[in-house]
Amino acid sequence: MNQALTELGEYIGSALTVEGAGTAGVNDELVLTVPAAEIERTLTWLRDDAHCLFKVLLDICGVDYPDREKRFEVVYNLLSLRHNQRIRVKVAVDADTPVPSAVGVFSAAGWYEREAWDLYGIYFAGNPDLRRLMTDYGFEGHPLRKDFPLTGFVELRYDDEQKRCAYEPVQLTQDFRDFDFMSPWEGAEYILPGDEKAGEDGTGG
Amino acid sequence: MAESEIKNLTMNFGPQHPAAHGVLRLVVEMDGEVIERADPHIGLLHRGTEKLIEHKTYTQAVPYFDRLDYVSPMCQEHAFALATEKLLGIEVPERGQYVRVLFSEITRLLNHIMNVCAFALDVGAMTPFLWGFEEREKMMGFYDKVSGARLHAAYFRPGGVHRDLPAGLADEIAAFCETFPKFIDDTETLLTENRIFKQRTVDIGVISQEDALDWGLSGPMLRGSGLPWDLRKSQPYDVYDRMDFDIPVGKNGDCYDRYLVRIEEMRQSLRIIRQCLDELPDGPVKTRDNKISPPDRAEMKGSMEALIHHFKLYTEGYKVPAGETYTAVEAPKGEFGVYLVSDGSNKPYRCKIRAPGFAFLQATEFMSKGHMLADLVAIVGSMDIVFGEIDR
Repeated sequence: MNQALTELGEYIGSALTVEGAGTAGVNDELVLTVPAAEIERTLTWLRDDAHCLFKVLLDICGVDYPDREKRFEVVYNLLSLRHNQRIRVKVAVDADTPVPSAVGVFSAAGWYEREAWDLYGIYFAGNPDLRRLMTDYGFEGHPLRKDFPLTGFVELRYDDEQKRCAYEPVQLTQDFRDFDFMSPWEGAEYILPGDEKAGEDGTGG
Repeated sequence: MAESEIKNLTMNFGPQHPAAHGVLRLVVEMDGEVIERADPHIGLLHRGTEKLIEHKTYTQAVPYFDRLDYVSPMCQEHAFALATEKLLGIEVPERGQYVRVLFSEITRLLNHIMNVCAFALDVGAMTPFLWGFEEREKMMGFYDKVSGARLHAAYFRPGGVHRDLPAGLADEIAAFCETFPKFIDDTETLLTENRIFKQRTVDIGVISQEDALDWGLSGPMLRGSGLPWDLRKSQPYDVYDRMDFDIPVGKNGDCYDRYLVRIEEMRQSLRIIRQCLDELPDGPVKTRDNKISPPDRAEMKGSMEALIHHFKLYTEGYKVPAGETYTAVEAPKGEFGVYLVSDGSNKPYRCKIRAPGFAFLQATEFMSKGHMLADLVAIVGSMDIVFGEIDR
């Protein structure tokens, strides 16, 4: 990370009065992690503090990690024109906890939150217009979740007899193929049935 | 006479409307001729690009970027290539960087011609559109020669560009640079001082600097309001830091200023193209690391190792170290960013595409409130929206 960004990270670490906040540098980029409840205050502070002035909210997006306890990460990408810096603010939430909306801080947040709601089912409390954005009218489910199949559940066709569009369960003539490219020599551990405990005490293998 | 209630009229603008630029469905609430509320409905072109990319290798993901904003394909590949290179930690050879900048600027010309001319068509001028498409055709010829496709090039790959320029193409582009300024001048003769054009665009859809930042605008939309912000200057990538060019800015932030900014950007792009052609160094155009970029075809005929590399790269692809990055380029429309998360496998774990047009369209209601219906057409035209990138 370059000098200015490191200093900015240290400054934010010391000046931001948010419990449980942490900064880190990833690939020359500054990442700030805060608890979900504090996101609105954090964004306001980042926008208004003279050393930050992150006045542009470029993007809000969700990321799904099904293995984690709080499976979703909401990622805010901010840009400061004055200082020519970027910062990424991250918030971890589960599927049931709402995230406070950032619409009051940045007008641009509205649609990005709608999109994250639509594609991931992350609920943003306080967004005045949290409708679906990307998917079809009447769509069910949240397609970018990792447990949502790539092919979806329904397919659409025009029914000539009923003179309208008809939804039907998806039918694949060929099974969907998703190859596992992780090398057996490096990645996977093959455990024989009944041999699950063998590796734990260091004797098996 | 009894006082009569006047109800607001709700109107559907699009999705099949010549000025809707594709598949925009705009539900407009009108008080007489004045717009009270404009609610864009998007997603009619949603193809699930981000989901698809999660199931494809990094090489296979490249063509999806052409199909986002289909009038400026290469600039978007550029963002993805830079993001992947950052995670991989590789450098692109100098010639590769020059070729990328060269074609990014050709792409900018392609995009701005499309926008300026379609905008003129929206507000009633037919001729620039016909002239513009003739010029676009020539540039798509360059695309064709360098990548084999006129539109969906898949030319910028992580590690460089797919192939070197074919013999003679540099001269052709240089010759084109001589004739193209005439087109810009002619278009300006038709539009810049045109009374009708100015009546339709001056003081329409004014955005202040504060509002532009608040709504997350970028590109000509931001520069039209007078903010000299361009990622090519402020956060240069590839060899943009060696290029000598100016950033045009507007004064009033109205539709007319955005048009002027785009016209001037075309001239500046030509300057960059000329510099690229003058300075174009010799050497490879993609990284020589055969674990990431495939070997030459000639090499494959004789070398077993090259053959194995080729086979592995086009089936399994390469594995990208775990990590994440947000990398942005100055696409013709504005800041085009890719937030790429890798889990160490050969497929992206998450690839969020930050499209400039998405933020523009969101600001439609803010920009058009209190304007007449006909002004909405001018505003949408000046925003330079393409639905491929908004719906994704």
